[in-house]
Amino acid sequence: MQEAAEYQSVFVGAAREKLDDIMSRYPTKRAALLPALWIVQEERDWIPEGAMIEIAELLDITAAQVKGVATFYTMYHKHPVGENFIQVCTTSPCNVCGAENVVKALLKETGCGELGATSPDGKFTITEVECLGACGFATPIMVNDDFLDSVTMETVPEVVARYRDGKATG
Amino acid sequence: MGYPHKSDPKENVVLSEYFGDAGARTYDGWVERGGYKALKTALGMEPNAVTDIVKQSGLRGRGGAGFPTGLKWSFMPKEKTRAHYLCCNADESEPGTFKDREIMRWTPHALIEGCAIGQYAIGAEVCYIYIRGEFTEPIKVMQAALDAAYANGVLGDNAMGSGKKLDMYIHRGAGAYICGEETALMNSIEGRRGNPRIKPPFPAAAGLFGMPTTINNVETLAAVPHIINRGAEWYSGLSLASEKSSGTKLLSVCGNVRKPGNYEVTMGFPLKELIYDLCGGMPEGRTLKAVIPGGSSVPILTREEAEGCILDYEGCVAAGTMLGSGGVIVFDDSVDMVYQIMRLAKFYAHESCAQCTQCREGTAWTVRILERILAGKGTQDDIDLLLDLADQMTGKTICVLSDSCAVPVVSGITKFRDEFDAYISGAREPVLTHG
Ligand SMILES: Cc1cc2nc3c(=O)[nH]c(=O)nc-3n(C[C@H](O)[C@H](O)[C@H](O)COP(=O)(O)O)c2cc1C
Ligand code: FES
Repeated sequence: MQEAAEYQSVFVGAAREKLDDIMSRYPTKRAALLPALWIVQEERDWIPEGAMIEIAELLDITAAQVKGVATFYTMYHKHPVGENFIQVCTTSPCNVCGAENVVKALLKETGCGELGATSPDGKFTITEVECLGACGFATPIMVNDDFLDSVTMETVPEVVARYRDGKATG
Repeated sequence: MGYPHKSDPKENVVLSEYFGDAGARTYDGWVERGGYKALKTALGMEPNAVTDIVKQSGLRGRGGAGFPTGLKWSFMPKEKTRAHYLCCNADESEPGTFKDREIMRWTPHALIEGCAIGQYAIGAEVCYIYIRGEFTEPIKVMQAALDAAYANGVLGDNAMGSGKKLDMYIHRGAGAYICGEETALMNSIEGRRGNPRIKPPFPAAAGLFGMPTTINNVETLAAVPHIINRGAEWYSGLSLASEKSSGTKLLSVCGNVRKPGNYEVTMGFPLKELIYDLCGGMPEGRTLKAVIPGGSSVPILTREEAEGCILDYEGCVAAGTMLGSGGVIVFDDSVDMVYQIMRLAKFYAHESCAQCTQCREGTAWTVRILERILAGKGTQDDIDLLLDLADQMTGKTICVLSDSCAVPVVSGITKFRDEFDAYISGAREPVLTHG
């Protein structure tokens, strides 16, 4: 039997100080829940179960309440994702400007093959998302925390190359 | 990052004057451009007098509903025994809309100044700016501007030396369109799922943390400093058609036009001129087929309707639609309306918070039936079923997300029926294999 890896607390040192500062902005502890989940994701790239329990204790709520919130919001990763998580807007305004072709080009160029699957080299995962609020700059995509706009079928290879060797920014 | 186009002489640049001017982003740059004068003026007035100016200006909410802003502020209780809150709605997720993003990216201090004036007018010491989680760059720019505003004493315990306390924080969303709905937004700040609340009570009575709260859109608040600086009369005079619609409006134009982007025009501007002159018309060899003028939640216009539509609250209603958020989605003759309506319905199905049965089930079934039609397996009964479903989804739920899904379906079937019929009769090749 495989022993579960021991959970390492997220909220120690600077991360704890950051959370305390955030908590001082609100009249309730619970209001710091979304920011706390963001801190976990910044530190760990996803939200492990242990972190939900840790947050619950810090904010005086139940782990179920934390989980209920974490699962409501699509940007929190409930599972580990590929090194580069790519989200492509395919809602109508981008759709009529060729967003589905951008998706196809990305699937091919990264080797992911299909949506939601991680590429064989573990470097990429691609999903479609709804409107990213940049419809006049079709097609916007997010790679991790980077927001790239005006991506076309033609510029996809260059974008993928930029991220293939580790995480790039901008 | 996309760079804004040069402004067109037909535009009336008020809010967008400094779009593309990176110097306006810094505190010093903003002050050089006349920034924070309006806040200083407002802090020297009675809070009620500030609200009165906004009332007289005729400013109406730019988030979609067009509710008069000064009137909304006047609903806030005058007693100050409880905390009051201002929430700035920067969740901008309505398909077709991308104006608040540009306000925050280029003129972050304009928004801070507008929020601070709003706070003072309604007696709120704290303002939360709720920014959608995907807006990583606007969040960075806004945070840097907030830090500078605090460092220069604009915000904090003694805002601009007035003795007033004004605090302002960014609250980052995490991917949920529904959090743009004002009561869902408050739940999201409180650390809950973004489920809209039943109204009443209205936010001015019991809003964020149960306290009196006002929620305003980014563009609404960013207009306020200009009104304080130049007067209510100047603003109410900005009107080309109906006097019930005043000021300028940022229109986000996207889809099939040569020059998509944000265009700021005086209320009452003709949609036809916006599309053909300012945006350079259709792509080469294409003609206009349909326009959704106010973000995806408003009825679709045919080419004829669009070409006669006046862009203000009343003009859009007269054309059978709404000004909404001002997200203008343009479709040319190459667009498959059935497919795009399915894609919009899919948006609503994905974004439903799933509290209300009519919305949770209705949005999902709308998508399935549309997919069936696109797969060549639809029947005429499916059209009746879609319309019946739309009826069940309208006016029956806690918020209007459900209604918004029904809108493109009903207007699409009514106005582009032949395209649905072509899939059903087999005259058109199926484009989906599932359904
Ligand atoms: C489903 C739904 C989504 C909404 N999304 C937004 C949004 O992203 N931004 C916004 O300002 N208003 C949005 N609204 C409107 C808000 O509920 C609210 O009316 C508005 O923020 C009030 O500000 P205003 O009076 O300045 O327009 C949305 C409404 C609904 C029903
Ligand atoms: S539809 Fe793609 S960003 Fe809005």
